[in-house]
Amino acid sequence: MAYPAGYKYSKDHEWIELDGDTGRVGITDYAQQQLGDVVYIELPEVGTKLKAGQSFGTIESVKAVAELYAPVGGEVVEVNASLRDKPEVINSNPHDSWMIVLKLADAPGAPGASGTPGINAASSLLDAAQYADLIK
Amino acid sequence: MEQATDAPLKKTALNARHRASGAKMVPFGGWDMPVEYSGIVAEHMAVRERVGLFDVSHMGQIEIAGKDALAAVQRFSCNDASKLANGQAQYSGLMTPEGTLVDDLLVYRLAAQHFLLVVNASHIAEDFAYIAETIAAVGDAIAVDASSRYALLAVQGPRALEVLQPLTGVDLAAIKYYAFAHGEVASVRATISRTGYTGEDGFEVFVPPQSADRVWLALLQSGASAGIVPCGLGARDTLRLEASMRLYGNDIDRTTTPFEAGLGWIVALGKGDFVGADALKRQKTEGLQRKLVGFEMVDRGIARQGYDLCAVGGTDKIGAVTSGTQTPFLKKAIGMGYVPIGYAATGTELDVNIRGRRTRAKVVPMPFYKRSA
Repeated sequence: MAYPAGYKYSKDHEWIELDGDTGRVGITDYAQQQLGDVVYIELPEVGTKLKAGQSFGTIESVKAVAELYAPVGGEVVEVNASLRDKPEVINSNPHDSWMIVLKLADAPGAPGASGTPGINAASSLLDAAQYADLIK
Repeated sequence: MEQATDAPLKKTALNARHRASGAKMVPFGGWDMPVEYSGIVAEHMAVRERVGLFDVSHMGQIEIAGKDALAAVQRFSCNDASKLANGQAQYSGLMTPEGTLVDDLLVYRLAAQHFLLVVNASHIAEDFAYIAETIAAVGDAIAVDASSRYALLAVQGPRALEVLQPLTGVDLAAIKYYAFAHGEVASVRATISRTGYTGEDGFEVFVPPQSADRVWLALLQSGASAGIVPCGLGARDTLRLEASMRLYGNDIDRTTTPFEAGLGWIVALGKGDFVGADALKRQKTEGLQRKLVGFEMVDRGIARQGYDLCAVGGTDKIGAVTSGTQTPFLKKAIGMGYVPIGYAATGTELDVNIRGRRTRAKVVPMPFYKRSA
């Protein structure tokens, strides 16, 4: 499966699709392959403030439990609740299965911006080619 | 159970086939085994609805032979092997003097003075040493670790018979559950046993390792029109859990007795003396302090092995989850665990501590899944 060129990727195998000062976050095709059949997902409440690298939920396959990590700091402004009832779409369509929308921490006017890397951190994430190298 | 060890992983005769077929491989009980082929859910559903093929050659085989072979088997196992005729098998336990389980096993009567035991992969050496020591005083009986002489393939699912039948002259319909017959499969010498670890109808086929790949391919070809899929240990685990079959190392071990594990039906206290009999008689008289129960989750969440079980409203741990998952066929989060006897009744609510969060579950009867006859 191709890694969308417009996304940024973390070494923890999350992707973020940036749109101005917000970004949709999901897990990569590689991550879902490692997990196997996803049967359960636990997502945060809207309003949760996250630092880069902080856990925002858990995802479970038949065999395993894995943490979900915020690729950048920010506040959860939207949650994809539909994944709770059909988490298996994360296997079939990982790069369209966004989990949360983050408002980036150091975006102008963002809450809790001080000292928390957000947009600046996003620029240090991997691009699609670098990520493809990482998982080789 | 996975065990950390410096020894290189052992490989079954089908290892190269698994790797060439793109199976995801993991260490299991000292062996390099396929955990999944097409995915645990797809494999699980194939076995419930059609048929699946498993390599379970990592299982161990120990043969007991000699004039006193029956007395030897009776000595270390808790079920009554004298009830077996040639061509019959039974589920049993390898016992400690305390009445707990060294392993669980299948006992096959090959002949009046010749038995075959099938034991868990990670316990072959330990079981063999224990059995050899235990039967030394019995008389004319020897134990032989014959594990390297057998590959073991499991064809499991409602269409298993129609997949296997074209490859053998043995009349499969005449083999009853927990019985076996000798013959050929795909022109390879084989012992065909109507047993399995999935809760479905099916067969386990013992073949010489050098012919395992030929039989594996023949079964896949024969089963193509029935929709057969190769399966890994992941689906084997979810299938056995749905069927409430105990897994050694998770649900039973050297700290648990068959009575506590709900396996009283394999304890034949009337058969005469055996290792652990006194302890088991005492437990039967005094009653159980704790018991293995099945539960399903009421709240959202999946209980996993090792999570604490707590009384609703209480703070103390009263037990632990021994197996648990979200099951593909029943589509429920289920599990097993030991609880004090006062919490074992069907309908009792329990809390599972899921990574710090109290999550409600309730005790349900086992098996969770039973195939329609």
